[in-house]
Amino acid sequence: MDFLNILTGALGEIISPTTAAYALAALGLAVHFGYSGLLNFGQAGFMAMGAYGFAISTLTFNAPFWLAVLVALACSVGFAFLLGIPTLRLRADYLSIVTIAAAEVVRYIVTTNSLTDITGSAGGLNGFADGFYALNPFPEGTYNLGFISLSARDLWVRVAAWIVVAICCVIVWLLMRSPWGRVLKGIREDENAVRSLGKNVYSYKMQALVIGGVFGTLAGVLFTLPRSSVQPANYGSELTFFLWTCLLLGGMATVLGPVIGAMLFWVVLSLTQGLLYGAIGAGYITFISIPQAGQLRYIMVGIALMLLMIFRPQGVLGNKKELAFS
Amino acid sequence: MRTLPKLARPIGMLAFLLAVFASLLLSAPAVQAQTLAAPVSASTPSPSPSPESPASTPDSFPNTINGVLRNAGQPVAGVTIRATGEGFSGETVTSETGAWTIGVPVQGTYQVELDVTTLPEGVALAEGAQNPREVTFANTSNAGAIFPLGEGIVVQSQSFGELLAERMLAGLSFGLLLALASVGLSLIFGTTGLTNFAHGEMVTLGAVLMFFLAGLGLPIWLAAALAIVGGGLSGYIQDAGLWKPLRRRGSGIIPMMIVSIGLALAARYTIQLFFGGSTQQLPGARSPQIEFGAVSISQNTLQSLIISTIVVLVVSFLLLKTRIGKATRAVADNPALASASGIDVDRVIRLVWTVGGVLAALGGILWAYYRPGVTFNMGQQILLLIFAAVVLGGLGTVFGALLGSVIVGIFVEVSTIWLEADLKFVGALLIMIIVLLFRPQGILGRRERVG
Repeated sequence: MDFLNILTGALGEIISPTTAAYALAALGLAVHFGYSGLLNFGQAGFMAMGAYGFAISTLTFNAPFWLAVLVALACSVGFAFLLGIPTLRLRADYLSIVTIAAAEVVRYIVTTNSLTDITGSAGGLNGFADGFYALNPFPEGTYNLGFISLSARDLWVRVAAWIVVAICCVIVWLLMRSPWGRVLKGIREDENAVRSLGKNVYSYKMQALVIGGVFGTLAGVLFTLPRSSVQPANYGSELTFFLWTCLLLGGMATVLGPVIGAMLFWVVLSLTQGLLYGAIGAGYITFISIPQAGQLRYIMVGIALMLLMIFRPQGVLGNKKELAFS
Repeated sequence: MRTLPKLARPIGMLAFLLAVFASLLLSAPAVQAQTLAAPVSASTPSPSPSPESPASTPDSFPNTINGVLRNAGQPVAGVTIRATGEGFSGETVTSETGAWTIGVPVQGTYQVELDVTTLPEGVALAEGAQNPREVTFANTSNAGAIFPLGEGIVVQSQSFGELLAERMLAGLSFGLLLALASVGLSLIFGTTGLTNFAHGEMVTLGAVLMFFLAGLGLPIWLAAALAIVGGGLSGYIQDAGLWKPLRRRGSGIIPMMIVSIGLALAARYTIQLFFGGSTQQLPGARSPQIEFGAVSISQNTLQSLIISTIVVLVVSFLLLKTRIGKATRAVADNPALASASGIDVDRVIRLVWTVGGVLAALGGILWAYYRPGVTFNMGQQILLLIFAAVVLGGLGTVFGALLGSVIVGIFVEVSTIWLEADLKFVGALLIMIIVLLFRPQGILGRRERVG
């Protein structure tokens, strides 16, 4: 077992574009749930909007990079309205059921064989990120970051992804200390009290849903860029639940919580994968196989989610007073 | 009223025994049918799940297209069948039993062609039979293709009315098995306020337990009965070990909901750890078609329809007429008031969890026969339909869940007349969203502010 390799692999996860995508999508959930109390279990649907909106406009309509991103964002705003109009007036648990159902509807639609020409059905789409890599400002070569060395392409995707995450974090931070953010937190604490002050609660919730959804969509774009491929199976309800785990790990009504949560999530997953696979490869563990070790990690995520919720619902960074539920 | 909780256990047991008895009674013919149709034994269960091996040979692919070739009731062996599509092509020869299976790498649409030159003398494809024919996977890992054989036999083309009747019948059967799971979910929601995301895994548990028990060589009825007992136990243990302590702590509804998601993830992958990622068949999964005029239904589907109807009627009777049933409805209506009037709320909730587990396990077994096939994520696939049914009928109302399930079941099946098979769940989920727009409390829900 090569401990050094396992360790650097895990450290590399901290800055990987997938971690950035998870952090951004979890930040969207923080806007939804942490700040506004909206129980969105369909963040995977928003991510799928981003991934497919971007990929389809690039491949089918030959849209340039920026236009493709705008199309993805427009899709996500539309999706947010579609979800919000029927459910934002209802109790939180209705929103959760409708959002998870809508995300699954999106997944079924992009998987169906009748749309294979556009969505690639179960096989997905690939080869749509050329526009993004054409923007790469880094000259060809290998870049050594101490514990990890990257090609220019890998460096560019990481830099771009984390810049987007940083910008979104600043946006959330500014929004939440503005009067608008205070109204949102007020809605989270007591909807009726805010309504009695003459605020249009429904409209505020809708705005929060759209903003968090847009973050999810950007995350969906970031998620597909490194591989330049999109697979419908990646956008199942598990993805949403992993994002929730990231959010709860970090702390839900915080700006940096989701980012730290996503980093922790991926470092722990990578470490356990490295250690388990290494131990199996070296013959220390004989009672499980490699695929079973993969399942063991998901079991761990599930148990971690339960334990977090029961024993430390505020997460690593959170403040117990700022919980959307008590 | 103090004696009421004491009645809980015996009556609960009675309900449970009745349910087991009913399923016992009705699954007996299935055993016979299975032994008669025995030649199709390519998929007999084995206690050791096949590991997910890399797809090197066609047989090890996770998805299969299969069928049985028969001529006048006799199996036809040695016929070449070819599948092409999704950038893949595979070929197989029918076995002694007429059965054939082609493993394919991805679920999608395939052209399946029967090589007519390899048919034995005197056997031909029936007139009007499509060859090659298109086969599409519908969210399951196996798809069937039937080639009707026989000189001069004309394939009957169904009229729209007959097709509709057939789909309605299948939908009713599906809806009622859905009702088994959704009644449990609705009862749990009604009494504890929890939207249980782990309910799908309780459904899977029933089917997986039955698969393992049948693999041990137990007769089909005993395996089913024990699997249902296991489902009830899982409900009991869950409440005793997790949900009751959480209620004691005064956990809110949303934290408990998220805990149930964690539990669902952990349970799903624990099941996969032991069961593997492949699709397995329960004994007797292939059953003959029964014809009622032009409407045909498979024997398993019909039996499932009868079993779930009886169980649903028994549960309804218990809820409406017995003291414990009334107590359950009282707790669902207002736990504080029920508690004040002497009902042991915790005991009622424990019973509800146990019955919920029993019903979910039975639903899982029937769902495994309906699909057909057992997979580790079969419960996850049905969970949203259960939610749709419950929301459609009205969260927390038992009869709403029943009605919602039947509507969802029929809608899902009837929609396949127009929709692609792989989109059939979409319609049901959209219907749920639309109903929420106009009648948020559901069809049978009471009018109250849910916002």
